[in-house]
Amino acid sequence: MIKLDSKIPSGNISEKWTNHKFNLKLVNPANKRKYTIIVVGTGLAGASASATLGELGYNVLTFTFHDSARRAHSIAAQGGINAAKNYQNDGDSIFRLFYDTIKGGDFRAREANVYRLAEVSGNIIDQCVSQGVPFAREYGGLLDNRSFGGAQVSRTFYAKGQTGQQLLLGAVASMNRQIDLGNVKLFTRREMLDLVVIDGQAKGIVVRNLITGEIEKYSAHAVVLATGGYSNVFFLSTNAMNCNATAIWRAHKRGALFANPCFTQIHPTCLPIHGESQSKLTLMSESLRNDGRVWVSKFKNDMRHPNDIPEEERDYYLERKYPSFGNLSPRDISSRAAKEVCDEGRGVHGGDAVYLDFRDAIKRLGKKVIEERYGNLFEIYQTITGENPYEVPMKIYPAPHYTMGGLWVDYNLMSNIPGLFVIGEANFSDHGANRLGASALMQGLADGYFIIPYTMGDYLASYKPSLVETSHPEFEKVKNDVEDLTKRLLSIKGKRTVDDIHKQLGRIMWDKVGMSRNEKGLKEAISQIRELRDEFWSNVNVPGSGNDVNQTLERAGRVADYLELGELMAIDALHRNESCGGHFREEYQYEDGEAKRDDENYSYVAAWEMKDNFNWELHKENLTFEYVKPTVRSYK
Amino acid sequence: MESKKLNLKLKIWRQKNSNSVGSFVDYNVTVSPDASFLEMLDELNNNLESQGLEPIAFESDCREGICGTCGLVINGQPHGPIPRIATCQLHMRNFKDGDTIWVEPFRAKAFPVIKDLMVDRSAFDKILQAGGYISSNVGGAPDANSILIPKEVASEAFDAASCIGCGACVAACKNASAMLFVSAKISHLGLLPQGQPERYRRVERMIKVMDELGFGSCTNTYACEAECPKGISVKFIARMNRDYLAAKLKASKSEVA
Repeated sequence: MIKLDSKIPSGNISEKWTNHKFNLKLVNPANKRKYTIIVVGTGLAGASASATLGELGYNVLTFTFHDSARRAHSIAAQGGINAAKNYQNDGDSIFRLFYDTIKGGDFRAREANVYRLAEVSGNIIDQCVSQGVPFAREYGGLLDNRSFGGAQVSRTFYAKGQTGQQLLLGAVASMNRQIDLGNVKLFTRREMLDLVVIDGQAKGIVVRNLITGEIEKYSAHAVVLATGGYSNVFFLSTNAMNCNATAIWRAHKRGALFANPCFTQIHPTCLPIHGESQSKLTLMSESLRNDGRVWVSKFKNDMRHPNDIPEEERDYYLERKYPSFGNLSPRDISSRAAKEVCDEGRGVHGGDAVYLDFRDAIKRLGKKVIEERYGNLFEIYQTITGENPYEVPMKIYPAPHYTMGGLWVDYNLMSNIPGLFVIGEANFSDHGANRLGASALMQGLADGYFIIPYTMGDYLASYKPSLVETSHPEFEKVKNDVEDLTKRLLSIKGKRTVDDIHKQLGRIMWDKVGMSRNEKGLKEAISQIRELRDEFWSNVNVPGSGNDVNQTLERAGRVADYLELGELMAIDALHRNESCGGHFREEYQYEDGEAKRDDENYSYVAAWEMKDNFNWELHKENLTFEYVKPTVRSYK
Repeated sequence: MESKKLNLKLKIWRQKNSNSVGSFVDYNVTVSPDASFLEMLDELNNNLESQGLEPIAFESDCREGICGTCGLVINGQPHGPIPRIATCQLHMRNFKDGDTIWVEPFRAKAFPVIKDLMVDRSAFDKILQAGGYISSNVGGAPDANSILIPKEVASEAFDAASCIGCGACVAACKNASAMLFVSAKISHLGLLPQGQPERYRRVERMIKVMDELGFGSCTNTYACEAECPKGISVKFIARMNRDYLAAKLKASKSEVA
């Protein structure tokens, strides 16, 4: 019987982390070298954790499926990273960042974790600057800031539109230093395909060498998963092509609880789908909505060129419905509103897109000002679409972007399996039901630089785990399981391609487990996903062999996992009879269409345990709010 | 929104593995001008797979021009005919109906072909792991605003740091030189005050490893800058050479002393 213990320290919220750090057990410097730690993933969380654990003297084995650590998808984050430095003297504080994050998450995150995140945020900026991250500066040489959604202060640090790139290169450089010093050993082109659990503790991993096809075993005293989110379950998302859920999903199947899988974020300003061959969706920075006006035609299937649609026949629906926030309404609200007008048939040419129009801003401010503010974004848009947004309104549509759900972890970022830690987007811990902009980078680095180095030591010193040889029968068994799965995928030899089935799954997820959900649709989704899973296992075709580079085989394994995870997302969404953050259930809304949260019955983390034959058991971790009183979010 | 599709002939490099001899194979495709180049290859691969044939191996990830994973030589040019974009940002509207397109992997001694259009660029990381960092342990950093950096310096360091590590500079160079890549990292760190303590040691170590890995030397043709998707300037190569010379002078002085 699993008992969830969040291990939240006692005491005032501002002292919890300080007291906890003092109470954590330590490993003496000479003994650290005797411990081996596996880190899977080299994004912001994984690279920063590898570097810091290496600095402390642990023997670190780091794995990535990329050819280089620097390719991890953190690299693509654009906007910035939040930190409560209050460098702008505008009233920011640790408590304000904590407050904004709890409220932005629609009161579905743990207060203690979020406070700690805000508390270490300032140190992250110090660390990054000392590594040489070239943040934007003012003429006096001080750091520059900008503001982001969901906040009334300027606390976002940035490096042009490439903040994620610069932060990741900084973290990877720190890791490279530890590789140079011999403390970290990096294994590239290795995909984690299973977790080895012996006597209830995480003892190692099994990976596929993506070049030779060999299945390899690695053992350690503890395992850290930093493998990112699962937005690619939707097929089309803003995630990179290779982002996947396999590491966390296989760990889930070995006993790790999966928390709040239905909490997914749909970002409102992305490029719309242009055709059947489309492989991914591109994010256009939210900042465009400062000057762009969002509209659709008042008529269904209006085939006119947007510039031929007169003012009185345009519906500026965000300004109409949410007059006080208008075009800058929060992500979840804006996304749902776009879907609504497109479902009515009033999208661009009756399809799934709305206009983001700069005509009035250009008239008011001049083309030059708009070019200064958004020039590079307009260029990106034109490169992809071939249309000039100075002359023709942009077309945008919401797209899956981030997953707040993930493996359940306690305050130490350890899952319910001792020795298995989960950090960054891969865990569920800090963003509740909706993440604020510029907070993902903050969490990844907080976990890797400032939290795991402390809590890891406590695990090693308290549990004193042993190192198991990879010749142990359990390692052999897990390796055989992985090899069997590979053989099974290669032997089906059916008629449908992996992508074809993934696209079909994505369509089900988008239509029924996407921006807007209802009981009937979710029930249909569950049965359709089950049917599609059967179809996959009887009719997919994976050409080639398992003994060399086989990208189709890699994708097939990931899609097999999505076909299970998708079902759990629908089950979670079906059980949560309320609307909160990114989870909108049509049955639970106020008369004006606003989300109706149910704190009485659903103020908990839903942590799912997988039983045999795809039956899941729900475990609840109740959330209590001592410092921020839950209120209704309204943007009218 | 439907545009007229293009009929194209592709000549694509196929090579089973690093030990075998490769050759060009012809494929005919019909593709929407709105599709990206890599989406065209996705579609071709999906067709090959549905016939039970092995798809063409090529790499890509973010498809937004920032991760540096993709990289094809298209009609003789790394990342194709449009300047300042990565392969994943190239769209088919830049080609004409009836075109023949040659698609090859990046070619360099230090980047061996793994399969079809996939190459091994791990040599880049080996160079970075030989000092391409600032030694700063977590916990010891001073307050971020205690280090003042003039806006122009931060901005120039950023320009150098915006390298995506794709390797187009090496593929474009007739000598397969990695000077633009290495100089970008050396300049990023060497321009900043935080990078000064290790500045000369860094340049010596990185250049030594670069030479050992089989990259060629720079003969100032500037093909690297022309093909760089981020437009990284060759001025950083000159800067690196100055730092390298200074490092050698320092070393010889200390020997004399």
